[in-house]
Amino acid sequence: MKVQQISIFIENKSGRLAEVARVLGEKGVNIRALSLADTSDFGILRLIVDNTDVAKDILKASGFTVSKTEVVAVEVPDQPGGLSSILGVLDEAKVNVEYMYAFVERNAGNAVIIFRFDETDDAIKVLQQKGISILPGDHIYGL
Amino acid sequence: MSQLSHKIWDPLHECLNRSDLERLQLERLRTTLDRVANVPCYQEKFQQAGVSVNDIHTLDDLAKLPFTTKEDLRLNYPYGMFAVPMRDVVRIHSSSGTTGKPTVVGYTRKDLDDWSGLVARFMTAAGVVADDIVHIAFGYGLFTGAFGLHYGAELIGSAVIPMSGGNTERQIMILKDYGATALVCTPSYALTLADRIERMGHDPRTYLSLKVGLFGGEPWSEGLRREIEERLNIIATDNYGLSEIVGPGVAGECLCKNGMHIFEDHFLPEIINPETGEVLPPGEKGELVLTNIVQEAIPLIRYRTRDITRLHYDQCECGRTLVRMDKTMGRSDDMLIIKGVNVFPTQIEEVLFQVEGCEPHYQLVIEREGTLDTLEVQVEVNENIFFDEMRKQRAFVESLEKRLATNIGLHAKVKLVEPSAITRHEGKANRIIDRRKG
Ligand SMILES: [Zn+2]
Repeated sequence: MKVQQISIFIENKSGRLAEVARVLGEKGVNIRALSLADTSDFGILRLIVDNTDVAKDILKASGFTVSKTEVVAVEVPDQPGGLSSILGVLDEAKVNVEYMYAFVERNAGNAVIIFRFDETDDAIKVLQQKGISILPGDHIYGL
Repeated sequence: MSQLSHKIWDPLHECLNRSDLERLQLERLRTTLDRVANVPCYQEKFQQAGVSVNDIHTLDDLAKLPFTTKEDLRLNYPYGMFAVPMRDVVRIHSSSGTTGKPTVVGYTRKDLDDWSGLVARFMTAAGVVADDIVHIAFGYGLFTGAFGLHYGAELIGSAVIPMSGGNTERQIMILKDYGATALVCTPSYALTLADRIERMGHDPRTYLSLKVGLFGGEPWSEGLRREIEERLNIIATDNYGLSEIVGPGVAGECLCKNGMHIFEDHFLPEIINPETGEVLPPGEKGELVLTNIVQEAIPLIRYRTRDITRLHYDQCECGRTLVRMDKTMGRSDDMLIIKGVNVFPTQIEEVLFQVEGCEPHYQLVIEREGTLDTLEVQVEVNENIFFDEMRKQRAFVESLEKRLATNIGLHAKVKLVEPSAITRHEGKANRIIDRRKG
């Protein structure tokens, strides 16, 4: 039920994001989802790619500091209040969300939210109990 | 670890009360001044400063006398600063002299005996006793380190292995087979030994019989001490000396490890502001100045060591009454003045090394914005200090900034940079980019 994500430390200066995309593209790694959290000095780039381990090795070899984390992908129902009902469930169960970001599925056109939780396993249990649709890793990597 | 001896080698001199000590110091200082009055270099210096040895009535009067520097020794190379005729000199040593002429020092027979006694004091303070087997891996030669420790250990009655430097595998064989219990070398060589023992497929914590290490010859941090103690399973102690002033034997740690006791009945310590030469009150950080009040061959008056430290006069638990000096925090030549605060790159390094798994490459960037100086500490990120959550990453930066502020007494901005963002250089000086100049 978990999705592998890689995080990359990048300095906040022009060209670093493009450099990450370039080295991955050169080796044929496809980026499925991306988010950047940044301060004035540095940023943490999070990627979901079609081949996590290969991407991690390539980036490390190119001199980046990389870590691998597990996140959860949730499909948001295409109806008003879809996202807020999911957040409501998490809030009620006191599940702490470290961060989240969204992207749109290319084929189905549905919104997918990527969640990073403090306690990933507990969070998955809560979501499942409430019948919320969790997308498996293979589904996301193969988008 | 507690089986180490807490003996004091020379309780008469190491546990004197301060007023008796000061009386002895003044008497010895005046005798020494009478002797250096015949050295042409001092005659000239005192005359230029408009003082006479007859103006020195108290220990505080010492501040009236001019400083002696390494440059004086160079100008009087090789024997110009000697205060005794050559027939009384029984030994010559000299500094490594990496640039220009080396500095030369001499010892009379009595000086060699005194030196042995001083080294015996700090080796005893580190727990070395007659039963110990002391492996000396300093190079024997013009350098004072190996001979100093050799004489001290022999005086204590330990069995000395005069191994000298080089050939690490052979060193390990002898350490192991001869059952050495005390190791004398540079701190970095202690780690080399641990590395090699590991590569040979053994556990350096149990492979040897070592209990204690006496390390010197280069500056080292508390972080390095912890690493050596952990990896070799020994007590690692520090001692201090410089070839111009006797060599090792100026000061050494007791097992309390809270500073090195300076053997004040032989050396008068002062702390000065390296910029102005002004004597600073007790407890302040500055350059250590030493006056050799016992040595016969080449007693130096107010010698500027260039080493930065701080003196502590409160009583140590070991029973010694002698003042304690901090581990040297760098050379006065490396000192940076930022917003009027004296900052040493080693202080910043110490904070960075305290962070678990950090051991980072860093660089200091000093700039001037308007009239204000700013200090930025750039730290290369590695996997141990990289967090996927921004909250944790920022908390890490903030905690580093807080620790730096406590340690150096000024706000420094910490900036995380990508690995390899900082150019690799030999030596510390290149870790500093001062954009205020030029
Ligand atoms: Zn003590």
